[in-house]
Amino acid sequence: MIETKKVDFFYGDFQALKNISMRMDKNTVTAFIGPSGCGKSTFLRLFNRMNDLIPDIHLKGECLIDGQDIYARGVEVDELRKKVGMVFQKPNPFPKSIFENVAYGLRVNGMRDKNFIEQRVEESLQSAALWGEVKDKLRKSAFELSGGQQQRLCIARALAISPSIVLMDEPASALDPISTAKIEELIHDLKKHYTIVIVTHNMQQAARVSDKTGFFMLGELIEFSDTKKMFINPEKEQTQNYITGRFG
Amino acid sequence: MKHTQKELLALRDEVSEMWKLVLSQLEKSKQAFMNRDVELAHEVASREKRVDAFELKIDSDCENYIALFAPVAIDLRLVLSMIKICSTLERIGDFAEGIARHVINDECLQVDRALIDELQIETMFETVISMLTDSYAALESENTKLTGKIIAKDEVVDELYHRAVRLIADYIRAHPEMTECGLNTMLMIRKLERIGDHCSNIVEEIVFYIDAKVLKHGTKQSR
Repeated sequence: MIETKKVDFFYGDFQALKNISMRMDKNTVTAFIGPSGCGKSTFLRLFNRMNDLIPDIHLKGECLIDGQDIYARGVEVDELRKKVGMVFQKPNPFPKSIFENVAYGLRVNGMRDKNFIEQRVEESLQSAALWGEVKDKLRKSAFELSGGQQQRLCIARALAISPSIVLMDEPASALDPISTAKIEELIHDLKKHYTIVIVTHNMQQAARVSDKTGFFMLGELIEFSDTKKMFINPEKEQTQNYITGRFG
Repeated sequence: MKHTQKELLALRDEVSEMWKLVLSQLEKSKQAFMNRDVELAHEVASREKRVDAFELKIDSDCENYIALFAPVAIDLRLVLSMIKICSTLERIGDFAEGIARHVINDECLQVDRALIDELQIETMFETVISMLTDSYAALESENTKLTGKIIAKDEVVDELYHRAVRLIADYIRAHPEMTECGLNTMLMIRKLERIGDHCSNIVEEIVFYIDAKVLKHGTKQSR
């Protein structure tokens, strides 16, 4: 379970997130929507401390995973990222073979057992709905795959280290409709085993794949509710104006 | 105004036009019946095709809007309610035509005038016409405050209908030679009772669109 309590986040003097409290349950898909610059990606990146890489940032409030404050002293970021995988907007395979891309995280974490690695690579590729397409060319370069296949490879790479949470930052925005449909189907299947948080600009995608949706604007969480409710009868006028395209 | 909103407004305008046409059909069917005006009844029957044409056009426009604009929230509720309201208006149009045909075909128009008055057919007509008028006003003003009163009028229509059934049964018993005419009159009254039900259904759709509440089948669920 992911929970934030009164989170404020600053880039220097600029406050990107304002007093965000939210709870995301295990084995659910939560979508964040909102206009560009609203803070949704910043909020997503809190959960595996990706923002730590940016200079002059400042966080207030609590960010908890399974009850543990991930910003508390003594928390090992590497350990956190084993638990919280991430997939980015553009597919970013390593310049390695398909097999080595998926095995990479295992090797970096010290795994040497060849049989285990082979088994885990196959399981991860199957979970990412890619095994059938690549099982006969595992030693080929990942760059030979299509964009949609590369993105599913990146998902397999994230799954290989057995995270419990997968963060996705616009995972299908660079893909064609067929690849997008495969990613969405995958998200639907993956939630049986993982907690998924996705940022998307595509509201219909949020409606199709998520159980709950959070609408952000100007760093504030305007509304957070069941996705069905949000897209049939949102509580707040700002949400309605945004999702119906009347915003601005 | 954004073009998606203009499309929605155009859709609402079409439904408004259909509404006015059906209301006019209902009013004319009342006049035709009360005044035994066969010529006016023919006019109602011939204009029914226009009601049908509206239904086809609005159905098609709603399909297009959903396919092209993927509406959500209040826009989705509007399109869904327009589809159902349009279909219901078409049924009311059918009943208005049915009443007109009753005037055209019925050889029993000379049925006892005192019976027509006692059945309170004119009151039934006026009640359903006011239901349709008030529900149109509720949609135009996007105000659901009066919807409860509109639905309550359906109970008045139902009471008048059940009373009429008893009176016609008594009439047939007293005048067995008028059995067919009595039954025809009852079928006509049954149409008015059904129009009242349809007006209630329209009100439910208006409440769903504006307040996102489902009133159907005695439920009161918020979406």
